[in-house]
Amino acid sequence: MEIKKGVAVSPGISIGKCLVIDAEDYRIPRRLIDPSQRMTETQRVRNVFKDAIDELTKLQAEQEEIEGQKMKDIFAVHLSYLRDRTLRKKITDMVTAESVTAEFAVSSTLRDIAAHFAKVKDAYISERAADIYDIEHRLLRNLVGGKRQDIAALKEEAIVVARELSPTQTASFNKEYIKGIATGAGGRTSHTAIVARSLGIPAVVALEDITESVNAGDTVIIDGNRGIVIVNPDDSTIQQYLEYAVEYTELEHRLDTIREKPAETRDGVRVTLFGNIEFPDEAQGVLQRGGEGIGLYRTEFLYLNRDTEPTEQEHYEAYSKTVAVFKSKPVVLRTVDLGADKYTQSRRYAREPNPFLGLRSIRYCLQNLTMFKTQLHAIMRASVLGDLRIMFPLITNLQELMQAKMVLGDVMEDLDDEGLPYNRKIKVGIMIETPAAALTASMLAKDADFFSIGTNDLTQYTLAVDRGNELVSTLYSSVDPAVIRLIRTVIQDAHKGRVEVSICGEMASEPESVMLLLGLGIRKLSMAAPMIPEIKQIIRSVTVEECNKVARKVLGMNSERQISSFLRDAARKILPEAF
Amino acid sequence: MRPAMQFVDTASKFQSSVSVSKDDTNVDGKSIMQMSMLAATCGTRLKVKAEGADAAEAIEALRELVEVRKFGEPTPEEKSRQAN
Repeated sequence: MEIKKGVAVSPGISIGKCLVIDAEDYRIPRRLIDPSQRMTETQRVRNVFKDAIDELTKLQAEQEEIEGQKMKDIFAVHLSYLRDRTLRKKITDMVTAESVTAEFAVSSTLRDIAAHFAKVKDAYISERAADIYDIEHRLLRNLVGGKRQDIAALKEEAIVVARELSPTQTASFNKEYIKGIATGAGGRTSHTAIVARSLGIPAVVALEDITESVNAGDTVIIDGNRGIVIVNPDDSTIQQYLEYAVEYTELEHRLDTIREKPAETRDGVRVTLFGNIEFPDEAQGVLQRGGEGIGLYRTEFLYLNRDTEPTEQEHYEAYSKTVAVFKSKPVVLRTVDLGADKYTQSRRYAREPNPFLGLRSIRYCLQNLTMFKTQLHAIMRASVLGDLRIMFPLITNLQELMQAKMVLGDVMEDLDDEGLPYNRKIKVGIMIETPAAALTASMLAKDADFFSIGTNDLTQYTLAVDRGNELVSTLYSSVDPAVIRLIRTVIQDAHKGRVEVSICGEMASEPESVMLLLGLGIRKLSMAAPMIPEIKQIIRSVTVEECNKVARKVLGMNSERQISSFLRDAARKILPEAF
Repeated sequence: MRPAMQFVDTASKFQSSVSVSKDDTNVDGKSIMQMSMLAATCGTRLKVKAEGADAAEAIEALRELVEVRKFGEPTPEEKSRQAN
């Protein structure tokens, strides 16, 4: 039994057998397989050699005759290694003799060879170690890639353990079979966390070397409430967790009973709670949890779990399906927020040196007008079906907003020409997620119908912290005095400019932040559906007077640590079970 | 690496088994992995042995590659002469 402490990002308890995904660019741990799996595993080795040979033969043929000669020579060397039967046999023998995974046998055999080369005094030979690493990487990429596809096709319940999961991988997750997620990297606002929360899969991240502590098929407990993962628990621990799981379900049921009640403070102030979604089929879940609309519909997912870009009709179908669930209730649709850590089909490989400061989000859309117009056309067509609203992400200045609105105007003209109906008075708002937008909120307010504060990016850009980097992720906090001051500015300017303002970042679903946000003047919050009952419970237990007092106190504090512990104490008094 | 590859490619054209030894190490002359792990740099003495129906042809072809064509590459001495 081994207990690992990480960061809880999606609530719930699950116990099950685990499935491990190794990362090709990370050290592959020695992982044992059941002896009955040895045939399957040696076949994987043979298949991956064959795939790599096919891949390289193709690459080699694609090289230009003259300039490509050097590359061709390199590929020829790699190919002759891949075709070397004695190398393949050495690897399959290792799988059979030691009952280890194909990944480990490939990695350790090739690394031994590379190490052997590196020791040779002759520079020409020692530099060949790089070739061997390259071959190792190619084989592992194919092995791991195959494993990832297996997850999409999973037909039995499993808990996924990985170093890190990409948006493309998580987008293909089937919540019917994936019962829990544990990753080594990541943080509260990492992509894995957001997806796990919206799908309602218990998840713990930032577990560092978790992939080295588990083998495929091990029993694992994921405690998404406390951020604990237990590998190979003993019987009494399992028993204890089964009981805890029952208790937790009871708490959830209790929260469900307040579904029909309004999110209203004890002194009668009404707060609106919306849900954040990624897929149309999550819409129903938001209603079930008592959500009064969608405050953030992330549309990137149409691009992520597929090989080709979605057509206008596919956009339209997704949006109309979502709007149909909510009828006259608002659905705020955020236009594609691609770039940074999420890529489209055509751009997946065009890496930028600093993607979060690069061509992402609205910037990307404004440079790819065909794609942008396709989406806007579909949104406008769906706008007649209900209360659909448009939100532009990552606005940094007024000009960008004006440009985006101009493109929308063009699309409306196109629809007029085509004789298609649309809502001419559709509300158009923006995400406030850069310090630039927060500081110029009073100017932006003149041309936006609403603001939605995206606290995840706002925190990352304000504090200059990469939220996914575990080396600095402890510096990331949305209750840092700097972030709180920016949020306050936005709320005040929104009120002065008479535009609606809401919060749609993770902060809206953090029980300890609710009082602060209400105290700062927020009356609308949007969050992952599973969090709605708990946040409502808190709202129904407080008075605005108390919240104002909390906000005043927090604004007088000068350290993040002081603020977060003060807020946690304040919230714990209200809903002790949640902590 | 390229000479090793040429050696393996040539050896693989024949039915006979080809083994190469350096000091006490004896490897399969048709395996690029084993051949390159010999780390036989220019000037290393190697013993080549072929066994099988076309053993004589195999040895002749390998001798031609190593001693006559010299892998189609200039030796280090020739290289330094060219540089001057």
